[in-house]
Amino acid sequence: MRRVVITGIGTVNSLAQDVPGTFAAFAEGRCGIGPLTFRDADRLTIRIGAEVRHWTPTLDPSRMPLYDRVTQYALVAGAEAMAMAGLEGGLGVRGGVILGTAAGGIGTWEDSYRAVFAEGKSRVSPLVVPRLMHNAPASHLSIIYGLQGPVLSVSSACASANHAMGLALQQIRAGAADVMLTGGSEAMLCFGGVKAWEGLRVLAPDACRPFSLGRKGMVIGDGAGVLVFEAEDHARARGATILAEVAGFGMTADAGDIVAPDPEGAARAMQAALADAVMATGDVGYVNAHGTGTLANDRSESAAILQVFGPAPPPVTSTKAMHGHAIGATGAVEAIACLLALTKGILPPTICHQAADPDCLLDVVPNVARAAQVTATLSNAFAFGGLNAVLAFRAI
Amino acid sequence: MRAEIEAAVIETLAAQLLLPASEIASDARIEDLGLDSLGKVETIFALEERFEILIPFNANEPDLPGFEFATVPDIVDGVARLIAERT
Repeated sequence: MRRVVITGIGTVNSLAQDVPGTFAAFAEGRCGIGPLTFRDADRLTIRIGAEVRHWTPTLDPSRMPLYDRVTQYALVAGAEAMAMAGLEGGLGVRGGVILGTAAGGIGTWEDSYRAVFAEGKSRVSPLVVPRLMHNAPASHLSIIYGLQGPVLSVSSACASANHAMGLALQQIRAGAADVMLTGGSEAMLCFGGVKAWEGLRVLAPDACRPFSLGRKGMVIGDGAGVLVFEAEDHARARGATILAEVAGFGMTADAGDIVAPDPEGAARAMQAALADAVMATGDVGYVNAHGTGTLANDRSESAAILQVFGPAPPPVTSTKAMHGHAIGATGAVEAIACLLALTKGILPPTICHQAADPDCLLDVVPNVARAAQVTATLSNAFAFGGLNAVLAFRAI
Repeated sequence: MRAEIEAAVIETLAAQLLLPASEIASDARIEDLGLDSLGKVETIFALEERFEILIPFNANEPDLPGFEFATVPDIVDGVARLIAERT
């Protein structure tokens, strides 16, 4: 079986619109959450989020009418990842794209509904369908870079990006491609997107405080993470710089409640990822948690981690307190946080932490980043619908 | 007014629990009725719509006293208070 490595990464999120800026923000423990600024935000109960601010991307202006924000984020992150990997395209059928998104072009849905329902217009732009389809970000990356192999979108709510990366890993292992662009993109911060989440009563009005006493829920974020997964032999043959190994992937389903998490399902996914990576629990020096900051997730995930790792687990942090919960993209941004640990020896902190919750894990690297030599990490994602997807990364 | 609110609360709970309203006592404990967390959120939403109120409830702070949801009388009291505050 071919080993798979990461040769490039790119991101757009509320902290920064590139990897160096995001790494710096993680190391400083900066918070990207602030007041929502989109149209009609004043009609919401929850008025904070991790928006991508000052967004003026340098994309082909003639193509912009085709690009919902969810696609724009993916294209900018994808360009950074491809440049870092030293790839210009031309991979043909040996290259592919698998990207996660939960809501796709929700902003385009909203604008179109607003036009016909609220403003009484009788028609919408002819480009509405290609803008809003979930596979638009993956397809546009495929078009721009000439990737003609496996290209598709994956939608599994908050686990979309981890599922996408897991499937990309499997494509290369199976010999279906040499290079896969993968990760996720999300642009849910619009009136309808937040209004829908408000109904579940799980959004925090003030801050995201994962694993902390005083936490009041999650905060939605926008953004994208795109990673270049590449067969190790292919990367070495062209002399590419290798950032880390994509060592394993595990996915399970709770087959229980549609929203309430089950620690057993989460634990099984972590164990499956470790087994797939041939990695011992003692090898893992850092876990990037799902860590949404909800009462239910943080308790359930803590129990699952203790079940897998025993009473003294490695440091676990949730970077969502910084970049928000980027839903279908979040796993990709968090994989990049794992690479900060693996390549720079910095554990990104769990910020906005007030006091340890005795029902949660104790070492969550509160508020301040920590230096640590890490040779392996896990990255958790657990979705509504009872879907669990965990990736294991290893230093090269 | 209180009787109307109580009838509405019981009717809303009954719709969520797929029970006849007659099977929900006016002093029933919500936990004993077997309402799950989504049912609770849907019940709160239905009461908000019916009475044009905003019920302060966050699923992450079940112990906060913003709105007591333990029994039918608790809910009736809470709704009555919010209606009074609205006017």
